[in-house]
Amino acid sequence: MPTLLLAEHDNKTLKDATNKALTAAKAIGAEVHVLVAGSGCKAVADAAAKLDGVGKVLLADAPLYDHMLAEPTAALIVSLAGPYETIMAAATTSGKNIMPRVAALLDVMQISDVIKVDAPDTFERPVYAGNAVQTVRSLEKKKVITVRTASFQPAGEGGTAPVEPATTAADPGLSGFVGEELSKSERPELTSAKIIISGGRAMQSRENFTKYIEPVADKLGAAVGASRAAVDAGYAPNDWQVGQTGKVVAPELYIAVGISGAIQHLAGMKDSKVIVAINKDEEAPIFQVADFGLVADLYQALPEFATELDKVKR
Amino acid sequence: MKILVPVKRAVDKDVKIRVKADGSGVELGNVKMSMNPFDEIAVEEAIRLKEAGKATEIIAVSIGPQQASETIRTALAMGADRGILVKTDGPVEPLAVAKILKAIADAEQPGLIILGKQAIDDDCNQTGQMLAALLGWPQGTFASKVALEGDALMVTREVDGGFQTVKLKMPAIVTTDLRLNEPRYASLPNIMKAKKKPIEDKTAADYGVDIKPRLEVVKTTEPPVRKAGVKVKTVAELIGSLKNAGAI
Repeated sequence: MPTLLLAEHDNKTLKDATNKALTAAKAIGAEVHVLVAGSGCKAVADAAAKLDGVGKVLLADAPLYDHMLAEPTAALIVSLAGPYETIMAAATTSGKNIMPRVAALLDVMQISDVIKVDAPDTFERPVYAGNAVQTVRSLEKKKVITVRTASFQPAGEGGTAPVEPATTAADPGLSGFVGEELSKSERPELTSAKIIISGGRAMQSRENFTKYIEPVADKLGAAVGASRAAVDAGYAPNDWQVGQTGKVVAPELYIAVGISGAIQHLAGMKDSKVIVAINKDEEAPIFQVADFGLVADLYQALPEFATELDKVKR
Repeated sequence: MKILVPVKRAVDKDVKIRVKADGSGVELGNVKMSMNPFDEIAVEEAIRLKEAGKATEIIAVSIGPQQASETIRTALAMGADRGILVKTDGPVEPLAVAKILKAIADAEQPGLIILGKQAIDDDCNQTGQMLAALLGWPQGTFASKVALEGDALMVTREVDGGFQTVKLKMPAIVTTDLRLNEPRYASLPNIMKAKKKPIEDKTAADYGVDIKPRLEVVKTTEPPVRKAGVKVKTVAELIGSLKNAGAI
């Protein structure tokens, strides 16, 4: 029986999270169908059809799915669930919102944040902020799964799957979209960036992020992240938070600046390929996971870092 | 309006857990246990709604071992009015928790149920959404702001790109994110007062819920450990190292 993968998108573009979740879906071994639920999102469906390994794209294009609210989207997925053995989504805030609702409506236990597919019914997932990994076998007839995107490489293009309209479900009429405030940035998204530079409590202000972190980010083409402490203090917006309950990232290079390295933060970045820590406190736990540690005052080190980068690039 | 607040007894957030050598799970003997941090935020939000005159009673529910009554006492000391302890042995999966909570909601008829968005032990992030599904209620997950407007609930949610605000019909489910509020500490007089507040003892069978796990935990292992690398002395040396490593 095939696998149904819920696409992550903004009605205009298909997000990289879908490509990564697709790699996990393909590992199960069954044919993969991608569901694109949105409004005016035909371009997204066309993009999904080009992904390598997609057998079919189902397009539910209706105003009801404009913002992928959990109530109508879950109802839609449940109405389409019949022929599918596995129903998957990336563990984005959208997937985390919708999928448990689907699971409960189908009376199955969800497997959250899968980092490895061992067998079609057996998966690995982190628990306790990633300090332990559980291997779980699902005894359910249907499997509902969210995928930790940082653990899978994105699937490439090369497919030519047909796009078929999906029958839309009734509006549960429980919720409505009021508005959104989305960060606008020219920088790459945190969850797909190759390089990330994050600041912690030691940044002391929003202005210091702008003055010290962002210039380095722009020279590196990096995304900017933050520790929970920095976000709580208002130095950085919530969508920059990297950690157990924020975003989990695994870039090629992660630079932690003025971040002590609480287990909750490490949970969000310890799978990065190369980790750099810049911290005044040489006892900071972040140094225990860093490939390269620099004990220094960030207010001197970061401007110097920016200057040295210019030299390297020349 | 009654508010129901489920609270979970979980390993304290500052504990560095150890995986058992035989792969059977995580060492939980003699480990400090506390209320799941996101649930503290849920209790605080309920109290604030009550203090603002929007709620009349707060019921704290915990599903777990006998010691989970201490977690309920913590909620009562913060300001919840009464507790329900659903005693269970061993771990209970989110779906079973949601089924028990549905039965309690059917009996208590709350106007609002506020839950933590995830427990920091199993990191599932499921229970609130599942409970909303079973009750046929709307859900405002990962909330950073909650406001009652007439008979609707406005919930501002922390989403990947920033914030999203949704309008929910009541009754509704809210799950808390970190920035919703800062939970209060219970004062000593309130801790004393909480000892007199009632806690009802129940079992899953009282609610007719089968809590047999649906997922089999095959094994629990340590993640690969990262080793500390080298300390560099200067920024120039750092850049040189990164270049050699092909990282920049």
